[in-house]
Amino acid sequence: MQQEREAMLTTTHDTVLGETGIPGELLPQRYEGPRAFGWWGMVWLIGTEATLFALLIASYFYLRFRNGPTWPPDGIATPDLVLPLIMTAILWSSSIPVHMAHAGIRVGNVARLKAGLAAGFLLGATFLAITLGVEWPEKLDEFGPTTNAYGSLFFTITGFHGAHVLAGLLFSLWTQTRAWQGAFDESRHLTVQNFTMYWHFVDIVWAFVLATIYLAPHL
Amino acid sequence: MLAACGGDPPSVLDPQSRDARRVEGLWWVLFWISVVVVAVVTAFLLAAMRRRRAELHVDDDIDTRPVPWGDRFVVIAGAAVPGAILAGTFAFSLGVLNDLGAADERALQVEVVGHTWWWEVRYPNGAVTANEIRIPVGETVELALPTADVIHSFWVPELQVKKDHIPGTVNRLSVVADHAGRFRGQCAEFCGLQHAHMEIVVEALPAREFEDWLEHEAEPAADPETGQAQQGRELFERASCAGCHTIKGDSAAGDLGPDLTHLAGRETLGAGVIPLTAGNLADFITDPQDDKPGVSMPPTELTPRQVEAVVAYLMELE
Amino acid sequence: MTTTAEPQATATISTVERLEAVWAEPPGLGSWLGTVDHKRIGLRYFYTGMAFFVAGGIESLLIRTQLAGPNLDLLGPEEFNQLFSMHGITMMFLFAMPVLSGFGNYFVPLMIGARDMAFPRLNAFGYWVLLAAGIFLYSSFLVGRAPNDGWFNYVPLSGDAFSPGINIDYYAVGLIFLGISSTGGAINFIVTILKLRAPGMIVNRIPIFVWGELAMALQIVFALPALTLASVLLLLDRKFDFHFFDADAGGDALLWQHLFWVFGHPEVYIVALPGFGIASAIIPTWVRRPIVGYTYIVIGELSVALIGFGVWVHHMFAVGLPNITLGFISLASFMVAIPSSIQVFAWLATLVAGRPVLRTPLLFVLGFIFIFVIGGVTGVMFAAIPFDQAVHDSYFVVAHLHYVLVGSAVFPIFAAIYHWGPKMTGRLLDERWGKVSFWLMFVGFNLAFFPQHLLGLFGMPRRIYTYDKDLGWDGYNLASSVGAFMLAVGILVTIVNWYMSRTRGPQAGNDPWRGETLEWYASSPPAHYNFVTIPTVRAREPMWDQPELVDGVQSPEDGGRPLTDGHVTLSTSMLDARPQAIVHMPHASPWPFLLSATLLVLSFAVLLDIWALAVAAVVASVAALMGWYWPRGQTQET
Repeated sequence: MQQEREAMLTTTHDTVLGETGIPGELLPQRYEGPRAFGWWGMVWLIGTEATLFALLIASYFYLRFRNGPTWPPDGIATPDLVLPLIMTAILWSSSIPVHMAHAGIRVGNVARLKAGLAAGFLLGATFLAITLGVEWPEKLDEFGPTTNAYGSLFFTITGFHGAHVLAGLLFSLWTQTRAWQGAFDESRHLTVQNFTMYWHFVDIVWAFVLATIYLAPHL
Repeated sequence: MLAACGGDPPSVLDPQSRDARRVEGLWWVLFWISVVVVAVVTAFLLAAMRRRRAELHVDDDIDTRPVPWGDRFVVIAGAAVPGAILAGTFAFSLGVLNDLGAADERALQVEVVGHTWWWEVRYPNGAVTANEIRIPVGETVELALPTADVIHSFWVPELQVKKDHIPGTVNRLSVVADHAGRFRGQCAEFCGLQHAHMEIVVEALPAREFEDWLEHEAEPAADPETGQAQQGRELFERASCAGCHTIKGDSAAGDLGPDLTHLAGRETLGAGVIPLTAGNLADFITDPQDDKPGVSMPPTELTPRQVEAVVAYLMELE
Repeated sequence: MTTTAEPQATATISTVERLEAVWAEPPGLGSWLGTVDHKRIGLRYFYTGMAFFVAGGIESLLIRTQLAGPNLDLLGPEEFNQLFSMHGITMMFLFAMPVLSGFGNYFVPLMIGARDMAFPRLNAFGYWVLLAAGIFLYSSFLVGRAPNDGWFNYVPLSGDAFSPGINIDYYAVGLIFLGISSTGGAINFIVTILKLRAPGMIVNRIPIFVWGELAMALQIVFALPALTLASVLLLLDRKFDFHFFDADAGGDALLWQHLFWVFGHPEVYIVALPGFGIASAIIPTWVRRPIVGYTYIVIGELSVALIGFGVWVHHMFAVGLPNITLGFISLASFMVAIPSSIQVFAWLATLVAGRPVLRTPLLFVLGFIFIFVIGGVTGVMFAAIPFDQAVHDSYFVVAHLHYVLVGSAVFPIFAAIYHWGPKMTGRLLDERWGKVSFWLMFVGFNLAFFPQHLLGLFGMPRRIYTYDKDLGWDGYNLASSVGAFMLAVGILVTIVNWYMSRTRGPQAGNDPWRGETLEWYASSPPAHYNFVTIPTVRAREPMWDQPELVDGVQSPEDGGRPLTDGHVTLSTSMLDARPQAIVHMPHASPWPFLLSATLLVLSFAVLLDIWALAVAAVVASVAALMGWYWPRGQTQET
């Protein structure tokens, strides 16, 4: 009802430019980037999640240095690097098709949008599958989250990151669904931009997880 | 002006040691600076009232003229002057901090273990007691502050600032009493149900008296003198008491509750909950939950006559 | 003056009709559950927050009755511990933040000349989560298992070894849940303040109350994750045997303290800075001149917010950290007083340069300044490490924290009730009863809390449920308890005043005080769409310096934008507020309510270890999120 009333009274809703009431003044009604509230919403959401990860990693280093020279403690082996580096390559490479998807829709190329999102989804899902199917079971053979603080930290930090990847995958499915419904064009695709930002954020966080959990113990 | 209404508070303003005096001195500096600040602010508030209007005239009275002294006033009175005062106070406080707790290699090392809700006190010569810490007058005593369970905080205001007992580390606090006396304190970190009843008493004795006391305290309990006390000892060793408490000299070697070897030398039960008398001790043993609800000590399985015997034994343990 | 927007000479009937048609939310359950009107939501935050204020007040009166004399028997230790814990949790999380957000919600869009907040549905969601989290937390009383380890909940006492019951799980889950509301609200404030200001409201024309809400919101975004993380780690330790805080397995009890206070110290500024902003909003109106030292006040607000992140260790001066660490924190803690002091002297300068009218709003502000300064000087005392180590965890802290919090939050809130209440309800409150309330609160507060400084100096620790009679603490405790009841009566007077004046108070009109900022441009209460035209602002005190605004409608020649083409508002640039875009705002939606309901179910499921239900609740929440974003009509940015 509300929408119908509004539709009756609105003349320029569906257009790219709208009237403000000052004669001759027209302003964009479709946009991406800092003009869009939703963009800022995603920026600040990323800010608060980044703070969460920063504190988690700070907690890791705090406990590491409280624990003295042997780290990992209790005979746990220093983490192997091969699998994490493979996982890193897979996750980071997923940002390329995602970027291309966004670049594509900015010029109206819906096909590139769909392909890029799908490829990014597959790579991200692979990363998560390796984490849950290979990396974690391997580690669980040696220690678990209840073994000691190191174990708690390892599984919580990688788990938090994995949860954010999962959220990203759901976000990707949503964006792909909307893409297939024809919701996006060159002037209207804020969701794609927000998804891209979020996905790159998850990649950047992984850099810190990699450095903290996998690389730092070797130093 | 600051005397308490009746009673004798363990007061930061009643220092009985050099360190406590330094802190009290710091307090007075902070206090007088604060009085001046509050007075200045109040003076300005009152000054502002001198131009007050009785009524709000909605239409005609907005004064938009700039205030030429405004910015300067805000910067000088609001930032520069306070900044200088704060910097000076900071420096002074650091000086006091550096002065506290001067290390002393000859210091007597005493371990004070925090428990819920009592204090275990251990001396280097093997003496173990609870809740009351005797120290020699005028000599540095270094307290080690481990905890057996949660975080506690050791605070005897007249003698020293407080320090927390943190799991996994052992903090240290040094204490020197100027003169003989009993100094009261209390646990100062919320530790559960009976945090309110975790009293500390530090008693400073002249050196000779302290040495005698310390030697005696390390000795095992005297043998019971009366038949009833003998019976009490046997009951103590066989009943659940021995599962939690130690009395050196008999077979009771439990370590969950306070060491009772010299219980009768203490003034209170339950870390200050009730004075130590035969009657109170009997009540406490019968049902400690009455006096200190939530303690780990359960009501006794002994009959009242058996309790009497145990009390007779314990009251002999000077 | 009437209480609805009257079409003025320069506006056409059709403009107002069009705005009404597009912005009005039709009555009924749908709009009650789904409203996205920032004014309705702001009022809900206010009422709910004040209800929790009364709850927290009752808890404090029970505490003060138990402590009125030595060895009293009204409350046992378990009840006492639950009461003091819930008192702190309630006052900080369920009263102060919601009411201050409520005023922000109501007045920030009005003051910046916008038609709503940037994210109206997020706004609604924030309120429903607050209500749900409050109900969740208070349900703990029904089962006698309220949190009982204080509002800062130290481990190991709050671990499952020493607190096996669900009390602490209530705490952790409840605060994680609440954090969603606070964080969403904060993001909303930030984007609103940066992007929705009326054209011409460049950065140095932003009202100081708005700056205060921005500073608060920035702190929330960066501080709340610390509390959320700490609570999550605690739940992992408690429920799944993780070892973050377990010293025997490589963890550390102090990690909790660090994480908590990294949140906890900014939290007190989150509560204080909006209060400062309220003072800066009220003083100019009631001394009839613009604020003195605007730039310094703004820098002060933002500096407090920033420096406040660097001092958290001063809550830990007694845990045994090295003196050199403590020294740096002590310096920062001394210095953080300066930006607050700048603001105090700016207010004093404004008061001295102006002509004060001693009505209730200004009285409460004067009371705030006096009380807050006392709290501030004792705060500086705590920055001095040896003195802190002497009175840490004693009643000296209780006195200090109440002086700063009641000073900087409660008194400004009560000032705002009398100053802005008429804008929200359309009716003036009774002035005589306002003064009665003020004096009862002012005298009662000081009687309640000043003696507590002495109690702390005399060795009385905090959080004790009783004390002995020979310690010299009796008289001060009795005085404190009497003061608490007097304060409570004073509060009650205002509550009754509010309710009586809603129906019987004289009509307020648009601008009963001739205020300087744009909320007085709207009617009382404002129309659904706030302003017939979104104004172009050319001054810091637009209502005083732009005579064309006083008639309620600014003509297009003067820069007024009716923006009647749909459910729209204006997006402007961050620094110089140039119009950038037309933004289509969402209509009422049930999804915020539904999502908060699924999250409530999730909270109970996690609390009670019903994991299948928890998974189902997560799935339902994801579904609700999809429903939220599913496009309806053409009102979406996609």
